[in-house]
Amino acid sequence: MWKHLPLWKLLSTVELSTSITKSKAIFSSALNFDYSKPHYIKFFSSGLYFIILFLFLFFSDPSPNLTFQSLQQPKTTTDAMALARRSSGLLKPLSTASSSSLLQRRPFSTDDTTTITVETSVPFTGHNCDPPSRSVDTTPKELMTFFTDMAFMRRMEIAADSLYKSKLIRGFCHLYDGQEAVSIGMEAAITKKDCIITAYRDHCIFLGRGGTLLESFAELMGRQAGCSRGKGGSMHFYKKDACFFGGHGIVGAQVPLGCGLAFAQKYRKEDHVTFTMYGDGAANQGQLFEALNMAALWDLPAILVCENNHYGMGTAEWRAAKSPAYYKRGDYVPGLKVDGMDAFAVKQACKFAKEHALKNGPIILEMDTYRYHGHSMSDPGSTYRTRDEISGVRQERDPIERIRKLIFAHDLATEKELKDIEKQARKEVDEAIAQAKESPMPDESELFTNVYRKGYGVESFGTDRKELRATLP
Amino acid sequence: MASIFQGVGAATSLSSSTSIETKKFHFCSRRSPSERKACFVVVRSGGVMVDGGLNRIGGRAEQLVTNAVAAKADTPAAATASKPGHELLLFEALREGLEEEMERDARVCVMGEDVGHYGGSYKVTRGLAQKYGDLRVLDTPIAENSFTGMGIGAAMMGLRPIIEGMNMGFLLLAFNQISNNCGMLHYTSGGQFKIPVVIRGPGGVGRQLGAEHSQRLESYFQSIPGIQMVACSTPYNAKGLMKAAIRSDNPVILFEHVLLYNLKERIPDEEYVLNLEEAEMVRPGEHVTILTYSRMRYHVMQAAKTLVNKGYDPEVIDIRSLKPFDLYTIGNSIKKTHRVLIVEECMRTGGIGASLTAAITENFHDYLDAPIVCLSSQDVPTPYAGTLEEWTVVQPPQIVAAVEQLCR
Repeated sequence: MWKHLPLWKLLSTVELSTSITKSKAIFSSALNFDYSKPHYIKFFSSGLYFIILFLFLFFSDPSPNLTFQSLQQPKTTTDAMALARRSSGLLKPLSTASSSSLLQRRPFSTDDTTTITVETSVPFTGHNCDPPSRSVDTTPKELMTFFTDMAFMRRMEIAADSLYKSKLIRGFCHLYDGQEAVSIGMEAAITKKDCIITAYRDHCIFLGRGGTLLESFAELMGRQAGCSRGKGGSMHFYKKDACFFGGHGIVGAQVPLGCGLAFAQKYRKEDHVTFTMYGDGAANQGQLFEALNMAALWDLPAILVCENNHYGMGTAEWRAAKSPAYYKRGDYVPGLKVDGMDAFAVKQACKFAKEHALKNGPIILEMDTYRYHGHSMSDPGSTYRTRDEISGVRQERDPIERIRKLIFAHDLATEKELKDIEKQARKEVDEAIAQAKESPMPDESELFTNVYRKGYGVESFGTDRKELRATLP
Repeated sequence: MASIFQGVGAATSLSSSTSIETKKFHFCSRRSPSERKACFVVVRSGGVMVDGGLNRIGGRAEQLVTNAVAAKADTPAAATASKPGHELLLFEALREGLEEEMERDARVCVMGEDVGHYGGSYKVTRGLAQKYGDLRVLDTPIAENSFTGMGIGAAMMGLRPIIEGMNMGFLLLAFNQISNNCGMLHYTSGGQFKIPVVIRGPGGVGRQLGAEHSQRLESYFQSIPGIQMVACSTPYNAKGLMKAAIRSDNPVILFEHVLLYNLKERIPDEEYVLNLEEAEMVRPGEHVTILTYSRMRYHVMQAAKTLVNKGYDPEVIDIRSLKPFDLYTIGNSIKKTHRVLIVEECMRTGGIGASLTAAITENFHDYLDAPIVCLSSQDVPTPYAGTLEEWTVVQPPQIVAAVEQLCR
């Protein structure tokens, strides 16, 4: 067996990757989430597929030594045992490979040179354009970065949930958990000079753009250390040096702003693009189509990204839009439909879109994604959708789980190491919260700062020609 | 439960139970509209009934103010059953008024975001879609400009739509429709079309909702000719004003406040409609006239307690009608007290207080012993941080200080 190892391993990985993609395609198509209809029938049918696939793989494995007995025997390494114990039939062939290739296994990888090719879960669907290929090149370092960053984002949102319940965060709080892949994939495809503007579900986008956990939590709690000095709140996170333009409360109002950013980029002949993000609820706003028309007219490098989580607060997409195919809504503007829970699909789509926008003008990306929480913390999220649906998506399409499986499939880290990363995320989030709690509330004088900018002509108003200063008792 | 007066603490104006997260209701002895007596009552500001009736109701108008503090939930059922009327929260009073009008007139319909299946983001329209169907309680997409315009068009054809803005701030997107079409069509068509719409929604500074969700649109809408503006502040006047607004053939903008939805009060079982152009005498007095509306009424009443202890006798008037002003009630009060303090939540520049100051100066200048003092919010976007947000809005100690200054 050792002699034949390299060839066998190659065969099994090829077979594994095709089987993974095959099964994922089956999942995604079987669970082509029609949010108006019950899904348990589809779950059962996909479960059946899974069982058949597992049996197929198990009995068709090329290795002559792979028998049921050999799999059941304890392996030499705890990692392989953990892998073998995982009830995923897909990974069984690989478990023997890992046990036998212990000598060749890389440690927790920061390898930047090896290229791994990953297939996206579903092919892209294009409108008025040729969709990009399903194969995405990545490196082990990128895979691990994806996992780490998404773990941090997920942890931050869960922590924000409990902070809200203990009344340290007040007002509106819109959480992004479930949608992390959109932010992560986008960041992997672009630079910090490309602009991003989004609506109120902005905590994780801010983090992706380089914001720190301390700035986020301090802003959520209204402290001075916050990114907007405590004066903006959950819906107004900004980071100018990373070209992150917020953070907007009024639905759809950020889309014309985004086209304005693209206009400035074209005006200054920069080689950068703007990603204007909005939701399926905002897709019905008139100002979106007005802005899109202008962007198309003047070939602005604007990429409109519709994060379609299928619910506009309490209204499902099919109850608000005659045509929920948001990527087609641009009509003359090309569009691309992307599985927003697959970070690599998002990365590929954003790369494709950036190239397109710089040459041909605007393009619409529809990210098919899902939010686990309700619309905001005051919405339970269960009056307009079933708990089965939420847990179903969490089981089948969770972005972090997908990356985890890929990491195991390519043998980049052990389960324990990934758990350590998650623990580290939890620890850092807790530290950031503690630090944010120590930050003071804004000073009284901050009420009047940043209303205007100092400069020419501003200092001569007031009854005595000095700047008007109101005093508080 | 919505207990408003929580001691004379400086900045504890409204307790957190008035936030939209409170889920406690208190349905006691609530009767459906059809079971109520068919007695129709129009109540004037002094609580005097037009077609003469129970004197208790007149007295209750005085009592209504002090009883605007929540009744405790632990009163035994027998006691509540013996008192007239039924107790409910402000959003339920709005719903009751809405339901009664929809029952009465088939042309009345509701349109807005998440008003139907979701039940309304502040529960005002809960249950109505199940009762009246999806077309009469219409869930619109998020397109304020368009569905406001659609409501106005429907009104031109004879329907009586109630357009809900999920937050008044979102209606800024519909400003063109409200200003140009809603306000002006009756005039520019020479009287051919009437626009009997009601545009309603919660506004005002809430509990750390951020700058864009804490707007006071009454200051922006007040110069639109052709519309009427009213602001409700108690369950009693909420229901009465809602019904009056729906029955009015003019476009009416009904301003509710985010923090007042969970106020509890006992309101009459009989059907009643309030006068849209009248102000409400909350507390008669001798020394100073305090004019206020919406949430600031409660800050003023809290300050009034302190003032009474200090020996002042303020007369508090809830102006309710923001356009046109009830200058009759206000004028009578000024002729009595000769001092005016306006307490409002609008910004200093261009708010309701600014217009009211101008109107009073023009009409009652000779009766004033001192310049009008107007306490308004600061001219800044509402900050998110809790302490800064408190300082943006007028607080009871500032009201007390202003009265003392005025009455010197």
